[in-house]
Amino acid sequence: MAFVETKGLTKQFGGLTAVNNVDFTIERGQITAIIGPNGAGKSTFFNLISGFYPPTSGKVIFDGQDITNVPPHKIAKLGIARTFQTTHLFETSTVLDNVIVGHRLRTKSRLFDAIFRTPREKREEREAREKAMEVLDFVGLTDLADRQVALISQEAKKRTAFALALATDPRIVFLDEPAAGINPEETDGLAELMRKMVDHGITVCTIEHKMQMIMNLADKIMVLNQGEKIAEGTPDEIKNDPVVIEAYLGGEAVAEIE
Amino acid sequence: MDLFIQQLINGLTLGSVYILVGIGLTLVFGILHIPNFAHGALYMLGGYVTFMAMTSLGLHYVLGIIISMIAVALIAVLMERGVFHHLRNAPPIHDKIAAIGIMLFLEALVLVVWGAEYRNMNTPYSGTLNLGAVSISTQRIIIIAVSVIVVLILYWFLKKTMVGASIIAMAQNREGAYLVGINASKVAMMTFAISGALAALAASLSTPINLLFPAMGHLVIMKAFIIVIIGGMGSIPGAIFGGYLLGITESLGATYISSDYKDLIAFVLLVIIMTWKPRGLFAKEVH
Amino acid sequence: MSSAMMKRISIAILIAIAVIFPLVVDNQYISRLMTLSFIYIIAIYGMNLLAGFTGYLSLAHAGFFAVGAYALGIFTTRYEMHFWLAFILAILFTTVVGAIIGLIALRTREHFFAIYTLIVGYLIYLIIDKWDEMTGGVRGLIGIPYPSAIGPLEFNNELTMYYLNLFFFLLATLVMARIVHSLTGRTFIAIRNSEELAQTLGINTQTNKITSFVISIVFAGTAGALYAAYVRFLGPDIANLPMVFDFLMYLIVGGIGTIAGPIVGTMLITFLTQSLQGLQEYRMLIFGPILTLLVIFYPNGIVGAISMFKMKFQNKRQEKAQNLQNQDKNEVKEG
Repeated sequence: MAFVETKGLTKQFGGLTAVNNVDFTIERGQITAIIGPNGAGKSTFFNLISGFYPPTSGKVIFDGQDITNVPPHKIAKLGIARTFQTTHLFETSTVLDNVIVGHRLRTKSRLFDAIFRTPREKREEREAREKAMEVLDFVGLTDLADRQVALISQEAKKRTAFALALATDPRIVFLDEPAAGINPEETDGLAELMRKMVDHGITVCTIEHKMQMIMNLADKIMVLNQGEKIAEGTPDEIKNDPVVIEAYLGGEAVAEIE
Repeated sequence: MDLFIQQLINGLTLGSVYILVGIGLTLVFGILHIPNFAHGALYMLGGYVTFMAMTSLGLHYVLGIIISMIAVALIAVLMERGVFHHLRNAPPIHDKIAAIGIMLFLEALVLVVWGAEYRNMNTPYSGTLNLGAVSISTQRIIIIAVSVIVVLILYWFLKKTMVGASIIAMAQNREGAYLVGINASKVAMMTFAISGALAALAASLSTPINLLFPAMGHLVIMKAFIIVIIGGMGSIPGAIFGGYLLGITESLGATYISSDYKDLIAFVLLVIIMTWKPRGLFAKEVH
Repeated sequence: MSSAMMKRISIAILIAIAVIFPLVVDNQYISRLMTLSFIYIIAIYGMNLLAGFTGYLSLAHAGFFAVGAYALGIFTTRYEMHFWLAFILAILFTTVVGAIIGLIALRTREHFFAIYTLIVGYLIYLIIDKWDEMTGGVRGLIGIPYPSAIGPLEFNNELTMYYLNLFFFLLATLVMARIVHSLTGRTFIAIRNSEELAQTLGINTQTNKITSFVISIVFAGTAGALYAAYVRFLGPDIANLPMVFDFLMYLIVGGIGTIAGPIVGTMLITFLTQSLQGLQEYRMLIFGPILTLLVIFYPNGIVGAISMFKMKFQNKRQEKAQNLQNQDKNEVKEG
């Protein structure tokens, strides 16, 4: 059984169809990539899965459970995490402080616990902090934990965003163009990090523009164009698919893949 | 029946003023996503500049209005360049606070220069027109007519000129406008200039039938926010609809319900609308 | 000595100063300013929790302050309730009114919320101003009693009222600090930072925003009730716009989104304004531009600017330490 499955997923904004009748599956323990030109509906597709938009029609199934109209915060609790194109981090705070709140969804302390500093509050604060240190270690940022986000590199910010997603204890993470705006060497580092996630039992689904990276990394690729799925398969299949070459990659892009 | 018609005309007058203020507010909001809390202060300033031009310089009312429109438009552009431009990437809470700071400054400035007392503005058009039992002051007719003319000119400007088209394009889709190479800074300045000039015009027109005082912008800005929300933020037809609706409701409400509570009517109306439709009556789905 | 220890000691010193202050400075006027500042700060904490820590600017907080004040005034004078019963009921009443308004207001976002609350605040002012039979309208509400004695503690003069309000101010500060530093506080900050991101982190933003709003109303209502008991005369102006703009100014100058900000801003401006005797009406000529400039250059006010410099200093030190370490390693390699 597929881990995540979409059936006939469609989203229309006014007259515009951003995602059109997409059937797609993500397998457990793999790296799946979604590629396509700008405006192909990739981010909208993520937003539909993570519950930000209700789909116009179609279904999203996660681990056998229909999550089509579940609100985003409940989807996160089920074990689906995601990152955004812009990292949305709090710049004037430290890396550690940014990541601690990631574990909030696994804690139960409320206002009462906060005001009276109950044992539960103290215990859960400690747990959230430990979790944050653990995921920062995982992404290789332990040294920067106390550094202000505004003063760290773009790549480190991406890693912080990964850490934040990982702090929610996800079973699958959706990454929206994680390698945008960073140099090739750092891109390799992020690719390695994605593999590491899979090794630790976390399924990865990523949107990516950097072809070379994705061809080497992904187990499976879906190509979206104008909201529709035009191809799906292994990197080799995608590379040699005439429809993809015709519709999206074009002459120059092929050269880039080779 | 006569009373009803009389109040209907009063309502149209009031609505015309709201429309002129509201259009500026809605344009700035639609294009720059700034709820300009200082807009009421621009309105107030417009009234004072016209007043000063007439009393200190002895100029004709019409000339005073023109000077006032230019002066306030310049101040509005200065506001955009000096403040909002720097805050375009800041969290949304910042431009609200900045706008409030500007408003407080302008009010204090007027207080220093002209004092707190209420003043009358006398215009050359003080006659009344009698139609049977209904009598309308010339000033009211001027207000209604001028606002219609100005709205028509604005409509022509926005639909038929390049600058106007780029303003509309930016109001509808900011990112799209950037992509097709619209000069965002120019559009922003233009929009602020228009909104300032309209506010000055509105104040200059309405002051002769009301009074001039430093806090005169408070109620007006809130009413303008109300009509803009009723009409949908960024929509000019919406502002026109909202303006007349509010003007007439208030005027009739003051007559038939209670003049003490006439200001309350507008606010209650808004609270109900926003409760029912949090983004206004004519809001579109945003994506 | 650790910085946490330093912090504790300086807080203890500040509290000690506040406690002995009225005994040393025998000036009724100044201690009156202090007492009023304590009360305003409590209300501004409320605005700060919502605007500074959750990202929602409410311009209705002078209104809620007034609701708390008038509720206490009306309960004690018109219904002749026992003071402390009236005090608790006044806060409860404000909270219920606020919660209903909050449920509606929080369906709107960002700019709409600020506009909505501005209008709600003005509506509260209009109601107080027009509802003569209940509020006394423009004539005001007079005859509010001093707080009843609690055991041996009597509240019937400037000095005892100073200590009563100091107590509530310290309590409010403690509660505020605990909330902000708790997991709940971190949740609010995450919402301020990005509601989208907060949702993907499994945070129910709506519930948390309402929680933040309601706590902020409790602060405003409590401050209002304390104000009524201290000043013992109420006029509708406390609900009007200049009041909320004053609150906002104290908050921005001191530092929005910081705990010490409301204290620094309120105290500083209150005492500065007093030294500008006779120029009160014109103070916005200076404070208006300050508000605007601060938001552009120092969005977190005085307190924010200080902690920013501290942070920069620390970062530099860290970098230096790391460089030294790297050098050591290199030397070891070379050696």
